[in-house]
Amino acid sequence: MINDDDIWILGINMTKFGKRPDLDTVDLAAEATMAALADGGVTMADMDVLAAGNLMGRGGIGQQLQKQVGQTGIPVFNVSNACATGATALRTAIMAIKAGEADMGLAVGVEKLAGAGLLGGGGEAKSDGHHWEPNGRYGAVATTDGRIGTDTMPGVFAQVGMEYGHKYGGADFDLFARISEKNHAHSTLNPLAAYSKRFTLDEIKDDIMIAYPNTRPMCSANCDGAAAAVVISGEKLKSLSIEQQRRAVKIKASVLTSDPWQEACQVLPDVNTLTKNAAATAYEAAGVGPEDLDLVELHDCFATAELVHYDNLGLCGEGNAVDFFESGAPWRDGALPVNVSGGLQSKGHPISATGIANIWEVCHHLRDEAGDRQIQGATMGLAHVIGLGSACGVHILEKSAA
Amino acid sequence: MASVEVMSDTATRVPLVDYLVLDDGDPYLVAHECTSCGARFFDRRNACASCFSTEFQIVKIPREGVLTTFTIVAFAAPGVEVPFVAGVIDCGGTSVRGNLRNVPADDDHVRTGMNVRLTTYSLGTDDDGVEAIGFGFEPA
Repeated sequence: MINDDDIWILGINMTKFGKRPDLDTVDLAAEATMAALADGGVTMADMDVLAAGNLMGRGGIGQQLQKQVGQTGIPVFNVSNACATGATALRTAIMAIKAGEADMGLAVGVEKLAGAGLLGGGGEAKSDGHHWEPNGRYGAVATTDGRIGTDTMPGVFAQVGMEYGHKYGGADFDLFARISEKNHAHSTLNPLAAYSKRFTLDEIKDDIMIAYPNTRPMCSANCDGAAAAVVISGEKLKSLSIEQQRRAVKIKASVLTSDPWQEACQVLPDVNTLTKNAAATAYEAAGVGPEDLDLVELHDCFATAELVHYDNLGLCGEGNAVDFFESGAPWRDGALPVNVSGGLQSKGHPISATGIANIWEVCHHLRDEAGDRQIQGATMGLAHVIGLGSACGVHILEKSAA
Repeated sequence: MASVEVMSDTATRVPLVDYLVLDDGDPYLVAHECTSCGARFFDRRNACASCFSTEFQIVKIPREGVLTTFTIVAFAAPGVEVPFVAGVIDCGGTSVRGNLRNVPADDDHVRTGMNVRLTTYSLGTDDDGVEAIGFGFEPA
């Protein structure tokens, strides 16, 4: 049954993630776009709107992409929302359809991040040394990163996980390492992952420490990659072929939130409240609950982050994320598989592409096209991303009944 | 809106940040507190992020608190000394970001829930003979 007002994913693609020195940002975006259009059986001529995101490039990725694959004069929205950029692009295209201004839209996220190294640290140049001169919002006379806490992403998210452990107990170095062990094990079945090597628990724990308790394999991998999706109104989908309708994936909920004020949010970003809010809104919109999900792709930018999102997404009761993991539930043969793609720790995290790539993974299973890593009988899945600052995207997706 | 004096009463010392106050007595941290809802901010705000009120007052932050989370940073930007312990300290209901000092940077010596207190240290002296003073927290 296709309702006129429902919105569907008609075509979707992610490129191979990893080092792609042969391709520039526009090439990567074009590769994902051409494949997503072909996947949906449509062309640029069918697109009424384009939303695109890229953080590290020179800006205007949407128009650059059009020049590479087809300039039709449609409105372009260049979006930027940290690690939630891809999900924001998708949400933008969905809103254009929902508003009745478009029948079909294209959303693209792309990033060239291979070799980018540590993200988030350093800060602006300060006077260090010759003359102490107050600078910036805090009147700082020297760089505060490393002197007043840390700005590095591994360090920030380490504290997010450790805070959960302080509040509820049971979360230690060993547990976080075992979460990473799971995702790296899952990645061995994903040919598009940047890294698909299984690590033993000892290998993970003994690897280079980045920010305790996150060692190197417990951090998301900087890499190149792109993902693109074609979205369509139910009304328009009804006019397409039965095969297109069969492979289309229904968007049961599409939610974007930002972080509401919380006491500590100015000193440590609160990635919890906005995720809880997004999940609650999404479940209500979809009319389903976590118990209805067959798989979840969540934003494991670090092993310490995955733990808190079990709780934030309602996959377990409040405070029970450690028990949820210990039960084996998030392994691919468990009760609720989480990050069967390998997650950001092994699949990789080309920032702007991630929010659409997570949705591609879920769609792949709902279409029964995931090959060796197929979650059998999957009919409903959830994709989650979070960008510090903060922005959270949650999408709930359902297999077509056609 | 209210602002914090950048310079302490002695011109030969400056704080690392303007919310660290170097009085003759013990140094302390201050925040802009919303007079309507009590939300606290270490930087200036045009309106309260919590209740949108526009009146603020300067309040002292307690010097002692409890470590609620931490990380031991082993890999950082060039010029940042590692390892160091970064964390969040609950100082009487106000969360403060800072490094732990005067404690070995390892998980045998640093635990969430430990009691800590404000401490200061010198960042060195500039060409004008002015000393910059930073802050951190040490086991209480």
